[in-house]
Amino acid sequence: MSGLLALAAAEAVESVRKRELSPAELWEAYRERAASDDLNAFTWVAEEPQLEPAATAPLGGVPLAAKDLFCTEGVPSQAGSRILEGYRPPYTATAVGRLMAAGAPLLGKTNPDEFAMGSSTENSGFGPTLNPWDRHRVPGGSSGGSAAAVAAGQAPWAIGTDTGGSIRQPAALCGVVGLKPTYGAVSRFGMIAFASSLDQAGPLTRNVTDAALLLAHMVGRDPRDSTSLAFPTEIELPRAEDLQGVRLGVPEELAAGAEGIEPGVHDNFEATLRLAEGLGAEVEECRLPHAPYGLAAYYLIAPAEASSNLARFDGVRYGLRVDGALELRDMYMRTRAKGFGAEVKRRIMLGTYALSAGYYDAYYGRAQRVRTKIVEDFRDAFARFDFVVTPTSPTVAFELGARVDDPLAMYLSDYCTVPMPLAGIPAISIPNGLVDGLPTSFQIAGPAFSENRILAAAHALEHAIGFDGSAARESEAEPSGHGGQEARGRSQERRREGGSG
Amino acid sequence: MTDYEPVIGLEIHVQLATATKMFCSCALGFGEPPNTRTCPVCLGLPGTLPVANRRAVHYALMIGLALGCDLAPRSLFHRKNYFYPDLPKGYQISQYDEPLCRGGRLGDVRIHRVHLEEDAAKLVHVGTSGRIHGSDQSVVDFNRGGTPLVEIVTEPDLHSPEQAREWLTLLRTTMLQLGVSDVRMEEGSLRCDANVSLRPAGTAQLGTKTELKNMNSFGFLERALRAEIERQRELLDSGQAVVQETLHFDPASGTLMPLRSKEEAHDYRYFPEPDLVPVTVTDAMIEEAGAELPELPAERIERYRHELGLTADSARQLAFRVELGDYFERALAADGQGLEAQALANWVGGELVARIGETDPAESKVAPEALASLVGMVSARAVTPGAAKQVLDRLASQGGDPARIVEAEELGAIAGGGELEAVVEAAIAANPEAVESLRAGRDKAIGAIIGYVMRETKGRADGGEVTRLVRAKLEL
Amino acid sequence: MIDRAEVLHVATLARLELSEAEVERMTRELSAVLDHIETISRLDLEGIPPTSHVIEVESALRPDEPAPSLPREVALAAAPDTDGEGFRVPSPGG
Ligand SMILES: [Mg+2]
Ligand SMILES: [Zn+2]
Repeated sequence: MSGLLALAAAEAVESVRKRELSPAELWEAYRERAASDDLNAFTWVAEEPQLEPAATAPLGGVPLAAKDLFCTEGVPSQAGSRILEGYRPPYTATAVGRLMAAGAPLLGKTNPDEFAMGSSTENSGFGPTLNPWDRHRVPGGSSGGSAAAVAAGQAPWAIGTDTGGSIRQPAALCGVVGLKPTYGAVSRFGMIAFASSLDQAGPLTRNVTDAALLLAHMVGRDPRDSTSLAFPTEIELPRAEDLQGVRLGVPEELAAGAEGIEPGVHDNFEATLRLAEGLGAEVEECRLPHAPYGLAAYYLIAPAEASSNLARFDGVRYGLRVDGALELRDMYMRTRAKGFGAEVKRRIMLGTYALSAGYYDAYYGRAQRVRTKIVEDFRDAFARFDFVVTPTSPTVAFELGARVDDPLAMYLSDYCTVPMPLAGIPAISIPNGLVDGLPTSFQIAGPAFSENRILAAAHALEHAIGFDGSAARESEAEPSGHGGQEARGRSQERRREGGSG
Repeated sequence: MTDYEPVIGLEIHVQLATATKMFCSCALGFGEPPNTRTCPVCLGLPGTLPVANRRAVHYALMIGLALGCDLAPRSLFHRKNYFYPDLPKGYQISQYDEPLCRGGRLGDVRIHRVHLEEDAAKLVHVGTSGRIHGSDQSVVDFNRGGTPLVEIVTEPDLHSPEQAREWLTLLRTTMLQLGVSDVRMEEGSLRCDANVSLRPAGTAQLGTKTELKNMNSFGFLERALRAEIERQRELLDSGQAVVQETLHFDPASGTLMPLRSKEEAHDYRYFPEPDLVPVTVTDAMIEEAGAELPELPAERIERYRHELGLTADSARQLAFRVELGDYFERALAADGQGLEAQALANWVGGELVARIGETDPAESKVAPEALASLVGMVSARAVTPGAAKQVLDRLASQGGDPARIVEAEELGAIAGGGELEAVVEAAIAANPEAVESLRAGRDKAIGAIIGYVMRETKGRADGGEVTRLVRAKLEL
Repeated sequence: MIDRAEVLHVATLARLELSEAEVERMTRELSAVLDHIETISRLDLEGIPPTSHVIEVESALRPDEPAPSLPREVALAAAPDTDGEGFRVPSPGG
């Protein structure tokens, strides 16, 4: 693969600034690679860059892949759902608009789990995305398309959305960096909503520096999003090479004590803790007593909000309509029955039930109180520690279809990533090694708006770990193997199945 | 047969006269072509978010202050979930258990709560289309969708249809005075539903209530309430029970039809709207709202009665029709020489209204200054009331200055003296038999002579003065 | 636990037509998920306030200034059925 594609995004920006490379060359190289996508990572690839970005633009014309949950004017925006098949919105999401304005042309839209509901991207209405490290395996989800595209070098960088782990978990399973910012740091305007009080957009990149550069141009108050905030400081490019005096808290509930953490994942996590100590960090055990209840609270709050957010898909103003129905009610029921996949239906049902008369207090109301306890747990932890660290995913990438028939097993993939969005705090996932050729990851969570400190710590660790992701960029589909085409084929019977957010 | 007391509570929706919708920047629609006042937000396109309109909150606070409510320092928006084509998001953003305003009163009716919400779109039934065989079609126009609404809920403090109508008029005028809505019931910017129940007079226990909808005029409200009270009375008298249900008023037949009940009970699954942060009402916001409160009808009635000494009827008439009251006050101010307020009030509320009807007097050809000087001339006996009415006809049709009209038309009252004496003598000469009867003590006969004088003088003569002259001439 | 009748009621509230197989499967799967969710009933949450917003923003009101609306053809562009002026739907209960 060409040296150009070997450059990380920030390096490419630098080369463009030095005139060693032109935005046009970058565009051509990546467009060609994205167009020949054999992972089903992309649901749409641009022909031309919308605007010739100036070489002097802060993002130097380095092309951007955006999860198909972001609305982009005149470009298919389908949220991985057949109910939005072919839908082209009349406006562009704020986050994407800001990055384009900063000089990152839109390369394409990446495949998500339908409405971001899943942990494997097998729930996409347009077929599963394959993991470039092993095409028999899932890339994680729901931002699986973005994670796979970056890992495979089909995109220099990408953005995704995280509700219960949908940026961090696929980043972990694909061996890339994924950052979920503080709730409100990035505008949600134009992001097709899954769970409004949890959803947050963030970068998926090859390294920590790229994540910082992309985030710097995403954050900021948006008058079109009441829940967005002005980021209190500038996002800086991280320089730290050590962790002198940094206190890391290891919550037994989400690490050693957590159920279902694979031995290899555990070993790599421990090894990273030793590395951190070597860089000067103090590592101690801490407690998040209510973290084990995070998953239950999440699986009430997220579906409840989703059941309401997805009510607008009713066959009236856009999207699919099953016609021939004489009664309005039948039109609604048939349209939604045909347009939504099994997992989306499951969550709409769960959420509708949790909000319905007689159950609100026992379910949704109670989950919001658990949420308060989780917020308090983190506040107490951050009184003693700079960061809370855990493995990002309890397991490495699992095989396609392995969990589709067991929703609960699929939901457990988010065990370590769900508490942070419940508390609205930022967390990053960085690759920290391989187990049998599959990436494992290390998660660093900090208090609200501690992104700069998180990025600095992640930068120091990243260099100490020295993870090499080139294997995934150089991997090719086995001639006979599970190529994207076949993935699309196989997906048809499977695309209605399993997983989280 | 038991004698029953009706117990009535009202639920009023008022469209706020903001420039833009409640949660997006679309200008409010006023009969534009369908779907020309929409944007991604009010069409509920995927990914869009609501942002609350500051002026809508400001208007709601003005209403809260005007109705003496407690303003919540922090209130929340909730989602009210149900499917309907006029509801683009599948939920209405409203307020639920933390409304902006609680309590309060207007006149003798207590206010339960006041909250903000968004209006639904318009669904127009277009009949059967051939496209889908035998299917009944409707078309949605989202221009109205998202218009800011204030919902005002009263306590059940009303006890008759007349009282309900009178109170709703007071509320409407109050909204007009506040300038927060044009409150036109016929156009739907003011909508009123009612809860009605009966109880044996003198008891405190509330009976089973029914909800009345679709009463889009003050007249319909009164008629619907009458009909429902009658219906419930008959049920109770015949020993039957009133069923709790929602009834639709049909103006054509004047009857109430039960709304077809939904297959499943309503379950709106309210929960806090995660896309909107709580509304915190600061002291500054309350001061701002307070500073814009004008004089309200209840206060105006007091002032007219006690400062201007108007009768209760005149005071209410001028206070309830804001524009009439404002006109009255402009006329009163226009006149220098201490015009008598009640006299002016009678002319404004009587003769002027008789000529201009419902139209705003400010838009009529009769300038307040003109009316003031006309009434002044009447009080000064420079013009007789009869002649003044002719002048007012002219003013109403062409406008102008009453003094000039009086001069041009020679409508000035004839003060006693030569001119009038001559006419009186002519009248006596022309009516010998009336004179006979008079002398014979039949006083009524003087009418014929006065009539003659009035004809001759085109009503410019003062009746009293004429009588005095006639009697003097005949030495009676 | 959730039973078949509740599943059918909730499906109607959510406007989802479920096949016989889906009803059976939904009942089983939702019950399994709800069993796990039941773990939160163990917690003593007496007097704990609910968290509906994790951020400390309040009000965030918008100035009442009009912005251009969409041209009608753009508003109608993605609609499955229109009469050229509005969004056509089967009449409620029609
Ligand atoms: Mg209402
Ligand atoms: Zn709008």
